Amino acid sequence: MEQKTVVDLVTKGKRIDERGLESYRPIQIQVGLIEKANGSAQVYLGKSKVLAGIKIETGEPFPDTPEEGVLTVNAELVPLASPSFEMGPPSEAAIELSRVVDRGIRESKAIDLKSLVIQKGKKVQVVYVDVYVLDHDGNLIDAASMAALAALANSKVAKMEMKGDEVIEKGGHHQLPLNNHPVAVTFAKIDKTIVVDPSLEEEQVMSARLTVTIDKNGHLCAMQKGGLYGFIPDELKRAVNLAVAKAAENRAKVMAAAKG
Amino acid sequence: MNKLPEPKQPEKLIDEKGLRIDGRRLDQLRPLKLEVGLLDKADGSAYIEQGKNKILVAVYGPREAHPKHIAMPERAVIRCRYHMAPFSVDERKSPAPSRREMELSKVIRESLEPVVLTDLYPRTTIDVFIEVLQSDGGSRCAGITAASLALADAGIPMKELVAACAVGKIQGKMALDLSDAEDKYGDADLPVALVPNMGLVTLLQMDGNLTTAEFEQGLSMAMEACKTIHSMQRETLKKKYATIKDAVEEREEPEIVA
Repeated sequence: MEQKTVVDLVTKGKRIDERGLESYRPIQIQVGLIEKANGSAQVYLGKSKVLAGIKIETGEPFPDTPEEGVLTVNAELVPLASPSFEMGPPSEAAIELSRVVDRGIRESKAIDLKSLVIQKGKKVQVVYVDVYVLDHDGNLIDAASMAALAALANSKVAKMEMKGDEVIEKGGHHQLPLNNHPVAVTFAKIDKTIVVDPSLEEEQVMSARLTVTIDKNGHLCAMQKGGLYGFIPDELKRAVNLAVAKAAENRAKVMAAAKG
Repeated sequence: MNKLPEPKQPEKLIDEKGLRIDGRRLDQLRPLKLEVGLLDKADGSAYIEQGKNKILVAVYGPREAHPKHIAMPERAVIRCRYHMAPFSVDERKSPAPSRREMELSKVIRESLEPVVLTDLYPRTTIDVFIEVLQSDGGSRCAGITAASLALADAGIPMKELVAACAVGKIQGKMALDLSDAEDKYGDADLPVALVPNMGLVTLLQMDGNLTTAEFEQGLSMAMEACKTIHSMQRETLKKKYATIKDAVEEREEPEIVA
């Protein structure tokens, strides 16, 4: 019954929570809630709630990139967030979520990995982005993408140096330098209509999903289609252009919140 | 150490004549070879070579769902595993499935679902196993092209074949069907899967840096290539049935009774 209502409304250009087809739910961002993390941010996207924590530790570079630090993104669909999340190894959905968030940050070159080298080929800073989904009411990709960006923009790195063979703290911190600010914008196709920022009720009836991640220059840096159906080319082109506008709006909110 | 020499970064990806490192034009596919029905035990199978990609796909099913709880009362469940052999890449890859392989398995499955008439086979599974024996750029797309052939070879009713091809950006220009080196040293990669007769894009991913105009150009290049690949898929299937028909006709030649 409810599923039919969601679809009927969308075909009439309306949504179950009375938003416009191209409107986001309210976005609230808080930074710095986790004192023991180098950076953190919590994002409410409507009733969806995602916490991202950044840990920056000393480690070794990958052998094929001796002059770069390391970026690792992980997402956890914590069982407390939804009756559909289960304990155990990461699900396909969790892996996809972390890889889509990772792709946006990595491909936009948001983090200057070269600046994270302590000693070439031996010691580098490793940036761990851990996304923790706390309440799942749909569109976790966008919530996670904004949480990750806000947390990175809020991160401080300890100054390090080599003393002999050991890495020691020089004392003091500096802001983690960010070169780019990627923001994901997700669309759902419901019947023949495309809506932005699908809620959980809408995700349950959507036939396909599209995420477009836009960098601060208005360029695409990542895309991901999901769901059991597809899109026609006109829908894709419209979504991409709309994503550029929506990403700019959401980026402004994230960066304003990160400044505190 | 017996390690093979690491491929070096080419000086240029496009030369003065506008040709790529393997001599192709920007809108040219790599040599493509397709085969079906080459495995004995599988219900359907296909093999693809696209550039240095060598990929084998087997389809099992529709068959009884196992474990039982994954069965759906109203349709078949498609399962898909994209997996790379340890020797398929420059550095040996651990045979354990990586996060990349798990993600690709998911998006490949979702690219095939729209064409398979799953509601004809409730409570069953259709398993699609994609083994990358040697990997070059664009292996997920080559995997999809072969997987949809293997599904057809298994006799599973489908609305249409799915064809896939990636397009990318090298030296600031959009180029079709990137090879390994072009993917590694290029600026963007945009894999696309298309159901040609429905005009439906069923796989779309992107990484790198593209303007919206470049995206639109790339999308139409990839869709054109998918249509070319689609006609090759159809020929490959027809050839198989023509061979079977010839064999049957030979056997049925009436014997002369004295």
